[in-house]
Amino acid sequence: MTAVHISVQTRDFDPAREQARLSDNAAVGGIVTFTGLVRDNNLDDNVSGLYLEHYPGMTESALQAIAEEASERWSLYGVSIIHRVGQLHPTDRIVFVGTASAHRQDAFAACDFIMDYLKTRAPFWKKETTPEGDRWIEERQSDKDAAQRWEDRCKVKR
Amino acid sequence: MIKVLFFASYREQLNCNELVLSPEDQPPTLSALRGQLSEKGDDWREIMEDGRTLVALNKTMTRRDADLKDGDEVAFFPPVTGG
Repeated sequence: MTAVHISVQTRDFDPAREQARLSDNAAVGGIVTFTGLVRDNNLDDNVSGLYLEHYPGMTESALQAIAEEASERWSLYGVSIIHRVGQLHPTDRIVFVGTASAHRQDAFAACDFIMDYLKTRAPFWKKETTPEGDRWIEERQSDKDAAQRWEDRCKVKR
Repeated sequence: MIKVLFFASYREQLNCNELVLSPEDQPPTLSALRGQLSEKGDDWREIMEDGRTLVALNKTMTRRDADLKDGDEVAFFPPVTGG
């Protein structure tokens, strides 16, 4: 049984606290965490702000579905996904994904998978503020390609 | 009634975040809804005919045409860019 923690929130989060949450099981042998930060540039332009919009209700269920799919593919004891919304600025934390498993391989793969699917399946949209004005960020082919590689693999739990 | 939502750049382009269709205006399917919305103007048609447009029915992403019933919530939005 995988313990799943999902949160869509405006407030900041504490990666250490999330890591502690994932550690609260003596069967856990490894934890992998990813923390995404707001960068101060994109496409060669300075970025002074990033606004995150989401689809309340659907976003939470999409994250839950992604966590459950990861739990079906790999042996996990815990999954934590936190995504911030609203107005953010460079250096702010924006996303956290943590996975806990008996062995590192499952935790690494599941964390990577969750980030890739989060970028293509969860209803979040970014709008950045640049010297030329505000603009919505376009989808990236590299994100679609990264998610596609998981589709090409068989869904056998190891 | 059917609720239709628009997010992000589509919300701004259409200057509309939500439409409510009364029972007499309710289309029977998602594709009929797209056709109905396309008739509202060029901006609407552009979004409804854009192959990248994503659609969710009752908060679940769907690609296929689906029957619509009273109380459904449909959302149209551009490709997602979270993470």
